[in-house]
Amino acid sequence: MSTDRRPLLLMSPALLWLFGLMVVPCLLILVLAFFRRGIYGGIEYTWTFENIALVFDPLYFQIFMKSAGIAGLSAAIACVLGYAAAYAIAAMPRRNQPLLLFFAVLPFWSNYLVRTYAWIVLLNREGLIVNFARWLGFEGELPSMLYTEQAVVIGLVYNYLPFVILSCYAPLSRLNSEVTEASLDLGASRWTTFRRIVLPMTVPGLATGFVFVFVLSIGNFVTPALLGGGQFQMIGNLVYAQFLTANDWPFGAALSMVLILVMLGLLMVQAVVAERASGARSENG
Amino acid sequence: MSRISLRSSACLLASFAILSVPAWAEPLTVSNWDGYMAADAIDNFNAETGNEAELVLHATNEEIMGKLIASKGVGYDVVFVSSPFAEVLHNLGLAEDLDHSKIPNIGNLFKEASELPHDPGNTFSLPYAWGTTGLCYRSDLVDAPTSWNDLLKPSEDVSGKTTMLATDRWLLAAGQLALGYSVNETDAAKMGEVRDLLIDAKKTLLAYDDTTFYAKLVSGEAELVHAWDGWCNYGIGENADIKYIIPQEGSDLWVDTMVILKASEHKDAAYAFVNYILDAENHRWAAENILYKVPNEAAMAGIDASLVETFPNMGMAPADMLKFEQLRDVGAAQRDYSRIVSEIKASN
Repeated sequence: MSTDRRPLLLMSPALLWLFGLMVVPCLLILVLAFFRRGIYGGIEYTWTFENIALVFDPLYFQIFMKSAGIAGLSAAIACVLGYAAAYAIAAMPRRNQPLLLFFAVLPFWSNYLVRTYAWIVLLNREGLIVNFARWLGFEGELPSMLYTEQAVVIGLVYNYLPFVILSCYAPLSRLNSEVTEASLDLGASRWTTFRRIVLPMTVPGLATGFVFVFVLSIGNFVTPALLGGGQFQMIGNLVYAQFLTANDWPFGAALSMVLILVMLGLLMVQAVVAERASGARSENG
Repeated sequence: MSRISLRSSACLLASFAILSVPAWAEPLTVSNWDGYMAADAIDNFNAETGNEAELVLHATNEEIMGKLIASKGVGYDVVFVSSPFAEVLHNLGLAEDLDHSKIPNIGNLFKEASELPHDPGNTFSLPYAWGTTGLCYRSDLVDAPTSWNDLLKPSEDVSGKTTMLATDRWLLAAGQLALGYSVNETDAAKMGEVRDLLIDAKKTLLAYDDTTFYAKLVSGEAELVHAWDGWCNYGIGENADIKYIIPQEGSDLWVDTMVILKASEHKDAAYAFVNYILDAENHRWAAENILYKVPNEAAMAGIDASLVETFPNMGMAPADMLKFEQLRDVGAAQRDYSRIVSEIKASN
């Protein structure tokens, strides 16, 4: 066997897996989007652009925008909290850092549903937070915290925060301390040093974290269903409903395709940001 | 619009069939909701009849329908689905035309069970459980509701403490009944009114909830909820102050059914299975354990009298239930229904 074939051979199980279980189903979804829904929910094999057009119908487009808003807000909050946490971890003595990172990812070891249900226990009207407030002597009715848009954002931020911590920690921990020291020695304030030196050099990690949280959030349907009480329909819920309740697979497929395209677009933007940043670094270096 | 070639559609169909059929030619495959029949029902059936039945689960009607439509019913022998879906299976030609001579226990059923509008004479479906949809409430916290408007336009102190069913048809039915329309109404203007009513109602809701509404009543998080009678019973079981009422405007009559698939390769075993379920003893299990009314006269005659005392809706007479309209398959209007539900859920 020649050596140059070996990488291909090693890759082929993974490639076959990806092709069979990812590329093919995606293509099926793509094709489905251009068929009609049968009157009883089956698929009528007649070409149509109706489903794609329907995605841009104000009703559904509004749901798209709303989802993007919730996902964007969650990603932004997760970035602020995650970056700060990663910064703090990276500033700790090196030997303590693995333990802190371990704590950051610890929630991932429990089931997503369990973590989300925990928020229901905390936030509901008869839940721990309200009872704690009562115990402290707060009287009267507290506003409902559960089944609101804020609850959905809290759930998404909580669940995806570790992604941002990890993606920001990597560049922050690699940051050469001599560079920041030089900046401080040359008279820049701490804030200026952060803004002009640290942030630009770690922005790819931040961009990766943002895109991760955004992409995972915009397609999420579990958190809006549980913490939003079904009152906030996000695009994931809409896709879910088309496949599992309305039995309108072609429209569900069309929604999925547009969603996938939006995600791919964002991933490309993120790749460009990362590329530019590394380019800038090598120019400077 | 051009039609694509027969061969490519056949290829597509085949690939969907491969992707959606969970198992090839398993011996007698029964699909049911989790916990909707006795845990040992399949084993007992196998022991008694020498068959080799296997149970698979579906979480929703739509889930099993998606699979059945994609596979043309191949891979399943008996499925438990709600009546509008049984109707669809019949309309698609996937449901077996029932040979009553192979189901002697059909004689156990109430006479009303053969008068259901979706399938008079039980030609393709056998009712398994039936009931109503109404209001379930904490009688110690709220005044007894009388109308659907008590849910849809709640008084100030109940506002924010109500939930509604999220499933399209029942969500819409609450509005349709409140306005005095059929639960199968498809007129666009009337459905527009239903939509507007339900959008206003949404502003007063705690949540949409299909699965834990009775738990919310028990905890006091909710005080008045839109509920299926059988599920309200789960709340009543935990707190005797919880009560069930059918609003004055009426209810729908929901019926869950058993359907034998035409594509079944084990027809005799399939008949034996549905016959086994309709046995008075076996069917009584559902009434006593799921707390749903069953359309089996012999089974209902045998249930513990204290059960009806604790859960008054268990004692409802079949003739009274048949006064209500069944949810029917609305065909092409389903897409409009879905859209209206999206409009309601996307509203602020």
